[in-house]
Amino acid sequence: MFHADFDAGDFDIGEYLEQHRNKELLRFITCGSVDDGKSTLIGRLLFDTKQVFEDQLAAVGKDSRKYGTTGEAPDLALLVDGLQAEREQGITIDVAYRYFTTEKRKFIIADTPGHEQYTRNMVTGASTADLAIVLIDARHGLQVQTRRHSYLVHMLGIRHVVVAINKMDAVDYDREVFERIRDEYASFANQLGIEDFSCVPVCALNGANVTRDADEMDWYDGPGVLDLLESSPVHEHDLERPMRFPVQYVNRTRSDFRGFCGTLVSGRVAPGDVVVALPSGRRSKVAEIIEYGGAMGSARAGQSITLTLADEIDISRGDVLVHADRLPRVSELFDARVVWMNDRPLLPGRQYNLKLASSEVPATPEAIHHRIDVNTLEHHPAEQLELNEIGYCRIRASRALAFDAYDSSPATGSFILVDRVSNLTVGAGMIVRPVTDQLTDKSSNVTWHAQTVNKRARAQQKAQKSAVLWFTGLSGAGKSTVANALEKALFQRGHHSYLLDGDNVRHGLNRDLGFSDDDRVENIRRIGEVARLMADAGLVVLTAFISPFRADRAMVRELMEDGEFVEIHVDAPLDVCETRDPKGLYAKARAGVIRNFTGIDSPYEPPEDPEIIVDTSKMSVDECVEELLAYLKRRGILIG
Amino acid sequence: MSEPKAAKRLTHLEALEAESIHVIREVAATFDHPVMLYSLGKDSAVMLHLARKAFYPGRLPFPLLHVDTTWKFQDMYAYRDRIAADPDIDLIVHINKEGVAQNVNPFSHGSAVHTDIMKTQALKQALSEHAFDAAFGGARRDEERSRAKERVFSFRDRQHRWDPKNQRPELWNIYNGRVHSGESIRVFPLSNWTELDVWQYIDLEDIEVIPLYLAAERPVVERDGLMVMVDDDRMPLEPGETPEMKRIRFRTLGCYPLTGAVESDATTLPEIIREMLLARSSERQGRAIDKDASASMEQKKQQGYF
Ligand SMILES: Nc1nc2c(ncn2[C@@H]2O[C@H](COP(=O)(O)OP(=O)(O)O)[C@@H](O)[C@H]2O)c(=O)[nH]1
Repeated sequence: MFHADFDAGDFDIGEYLEQHRNKELLRFITCGSVDDGKSTLIGRLLFDTKQVFEDQLAAVGKDSRKYGTTGEAPDLALLVDGLQAEREQGITIDVAYRYFTTEKRKFIIADTPGHEQYTRNMVTGASTADLAIVLIDARHGLQVQTRRHSYLVHMLGIRHVVVAINKMDAVDYDREVFERIRDEYASFANQLGIEDFSCVPVCALNGANVTRDADEMDWYDGPGVLDLLESSPVHEHDLERPMRFPVQYVNRTRSDFRGFCGTLVSGRVAPGDVVVALPSGRRSKVAEIIEYGGAMGSARAGQSITLTLADEIDISRGDVLVHADRLPRVSELFDARVVWMNDRPLLPGRQYNLKLASSEVPATPEAIHHRIDVNTLEHHPAEQLELNEIGYCRIRASRALAFDAYDSSPATGSFILVDRVSNLTVGAGMIVRPVTDQLTDKSSNVTWHAQTVNKRARAQQKAQKSAVLWFTGLSGAGKSTVANALEKALFQRGHHSYLLDGDNVRHGLNRDLGFSDDDRVENIRRIGEVARLMADAGLVVLTAFISPFRADRAMVRELMEDGEFVEIHVDAPLDVCETRDPKGLYAKARAGVIRNFTGIDSPYEPPEDPEIIVDTSKMSVDECVEELLAYLKRRGILIG
Repeated sequence: MSEPKAAKRLTHLEALEAESIHVIREVAATFDHPVMLYSLGKDSAVMLHLARKAFYPGRLPFPLLHVDTTWKFQDMYAYRDRIAADPDIDLIVHINKEGVAQNVNPFSHGSAVHTDIMKTQALKQALSEHAFDAAFGGARRDEERSRAKERVFSFRDRQHRWDPKNQRPELWNIYNGRVHSGESIRVFPLSNWTELDVWQYIDLEDIEVIPLYLAAERPVVERDGLMVMVDDDRMPLEPGETPEMKRIRFRTLGCYPLTGAVESDATTLPEIIREMLLARSSERQGRAIDKDASASMEQKKQQGYF
C-alpha cells in the first residue's frame, strides 16, 4: 500500500504534495440493504488507506464492545456510523459523507443507510455521485433491493457501477456462486440500460479484492474495488457538452463594475464568445473572464467564474448564459421524474417553490402521469405521491425557465421542490422533456400562456374542489364558532376559503334589508348568489346564518353544481342555546323586545337530510372541526 | 467560438474551491443578512480567502463576526487586527458582557462552563442581536464523526438548535435556504475539504495564517495531559508548576488555556503537512472540550455550539 511508507517516516513531502495537488476528485455512493456490509466496506477502505487515526480507532474499540457485532476485533463498521442516536439503535439514519485519498485520487463517499427511508436518502447521495458501488450479499444473491438500487442509480444518471459481491468468505470463495450472480446482474443491467458495470467478488471483512489482491480467489483476475475507483473516468463529458452558465449572483459591489458570477456547469467559454441570456433572449459578447487578481483566457466546466459582457444588457440571477448555436429548451411546462421526500404527499394542483439551477419560481405539479414502483419498475396510476415514491409528473412553473433534459445536462435538468409553508425540501425532480401545447407552441417564445382558466383549474391550484359549506342552526347553536374554527384549520392546511356571516354581509351587501319575510328570502338569495360566484372562483365558501326555512336552503342548493352544496346542521337543543344566549337575544325575545325571533316566536325548520350534523352540546369545537375535516376529505373537497 | 486546446479537467482542489465559491455566492444572493463566523483559525483563513475570490474585484458583501471569549492567544488578536485593517472587510467582534461581568474564565469555571457562556451563548447572542439569517462556519465533515452527516446548508431553529434527525435533504448543488423569521441557516462552504486539503491550499495560495501553527520556542506547562502555553499573566500557576521553554506548535487554535500544543520542529507549511500525515491522532484531540464523550460534539451542536 502506498501509505505504508508513512510508517517508516521517510518520504519526500515535496513530491507527495505535488502528486496530491494534481489528483482528481471522484465522488461515489455505496448502496446495499441493511447488513450487506456497506459500513464494513467503507470502514475497510478508510482503514486500509490510513485515514483512521489511533484515537478514532480507540474510540471504535470502546464502541465495539458496546454496540459492535464482531466480538473482540474492532468493528470497522463503527468508524462509519456517526450519530449517537443511530448508533444506539444500531442503524444509520441519513446520508453521511466520508473522505479518503490514495496516490491517484481523492474520494468522497456518500454513505446512505438501507432501511425504508432508503429511496430519499439514496437519491440525495446519488445526486452528486460519479460512480456507485452496489453491494450484494453472496449468500443471498440478487434481491429486490438490488433492482431498486440499480434503478435509482441509473435514474440519477450515474454511469459507472461497481457491483461488489460481498461475504465471499461465507460461501467458501466459490467461483460458481460469483459467476451465477454476475450473469444474473448482467441481464438485469441490460434490461435497465446500465452499460458500464463491473462485478467484483469481495470480502469486506478481510479486504479481499477491496484493497488487496485475493489469494483466496485466484480464479478472479479482474480489478479490485479500489482499482476501479482509481481508474473509472470522471466527468468525462462535461467539457464537450454545450456551454451552460446559470447566473448566480450579479457583482456590482463597485459602481463601475458589473460582473456575472456563477458556476460554469458544462462546456467552455472564452472572451469574444457570443452568448444569449435565457429566457429573455438578449445577446451580447463575453468581454472578460475575471480571476482573482487578473483575467483568464478561458474557463471550463466546473469552475466558479465571474464574467463581464460587452453590452449593458439587463441580466439577473436566474438567467442562463449559453452559446447561440446550442440552446437549451425554454418553457414553463415540462414533464419530469419526481422523487417525493416528505410525509405530506405531493398533490397535483398544489403550489410549491421550484429551484432549478439559480432560478426559483412557484410551480405546480399539474398531473401525475404515473407512479413508478421501484421494486418491480411497473407503472401505476396515482392520485398523489407518498414519501419515497417516484412519479412521472407534468410541472407548470409560473414563468418560463431555461433547462435541458436531465440525461443530457444534469445541472440544468434537475430541480428541488420546496414546501411554501414549512420551507422543507419535499421533492427532487429530473426533467425528461419540455411540453409544448397549443398555446405554447413556440418554446422560445417566453410570454406566459395560461391554460383555460376555469372553476376546476382555480380550485385545483389550491388543492381543493369548490364547495359551499352551509351552516344552519338556531341562534347560539355555534355556527359562527365552528365555521371560524374550521376556516382556520383550512387555512393552516393551505386551502383557500371565505366565510360569509352576518357581520360581513348585513353591513354591506344587504344593508338595505330588514327582517320581514320578504327581506329574509332576499337576504338568503343574495348570499346564495355570492357563494356561487365564490365557488366559481374555486373557493371553499363557508356561510353561517340561521337560515331557518327549508325552502330557502333548497333554493341555494339549486344554484350550485351537484355535490357542491354541503348542508351542515349545527344542532343544539333550544334550552342549551337559550342558556348560552351570547348576545342576549333570547332574553330580549322572551321579553317581547324583539319579534320574529327564531325558536321563540318564529319556527326553525331543521334540515331533513343534511350532509352532516354536528351537535355542539355533545362535542367540543375541535371535535366538530375534526369531524368536518374528515368529511370534506372523504368527499374529495380537500385534497390531501 | 474559441476552442481552448486540451483544457484539462479540474483537480480536486480546483473542484473544492469552485464548490465553496458557489456556496458562498449562493448565500450572498439569497439571504438578507448573512455573516461569516470568523474564528481566526486556518479554516477561517481559507474561508475568508475563498470569499475574497468569490467577490473579486468587489468587497465582501457581508461582515465577519468574531466571537471573542477574551482568552484567545495574543498572536490571534494581533492577526485579527491585521485582517480588520483591510478596507474591504467589516469585522464585528462580540463578547458576552454578562460573562465578563461575572468574570467567567476557564480556570475558575472549567472548560465546559467557560465555553458554554463565552462561546456558545455569546454566539447565540450575537446572531440574535444582529438578526443574521445565515452564518458561514468553517467546519469540515472530516473533523468529527457527527459532522459527517451535516448539510452544507444546515437549518437552525429560533433557538439556534440543530436537529440531526430532521435535516432537509440536500441534492445536487441546489441549496434550500428558505427560513421563517428568526430561523437561520449555518452554511459550511468547506464541508468537503479535509485537513490535508486545507493545509495544501494555504500553501499553494500563500494565505497568511497565525504563526502559532508553526513550531517555535514557547513557554508551556503540562496540565491534565495537555501541554498548555502560558500566553499571558492571567494564567494562575499551580504549586510546583514552572513554565518550560519547548519547541511547540498548535494543530488547532482556540482559547489558550484549553488548547493543547504538540512538540514539533515543523517551521514551514510542507513540514506541518508532513507531520500531519505521520500523525497518529486526529486533530481534535488537542481540544480539552472534546474529551468527555465520543459523541459530545453532537450534543454540543444540538445545543447550538458551533
Ligand atoms: N462473513 C462476512 N461478514 C461480513 C462481511 N462484510 C460485513 N460482514 C458482516 O455483516 C454484518 C453487517 O455489516 P455492516 O457493514 O454493518 O452492514 P451495513 O448494514 O450494510 O452497513 C456485520 O456483522 C459484518 O461484520 C464479509 O465480507 N464477510
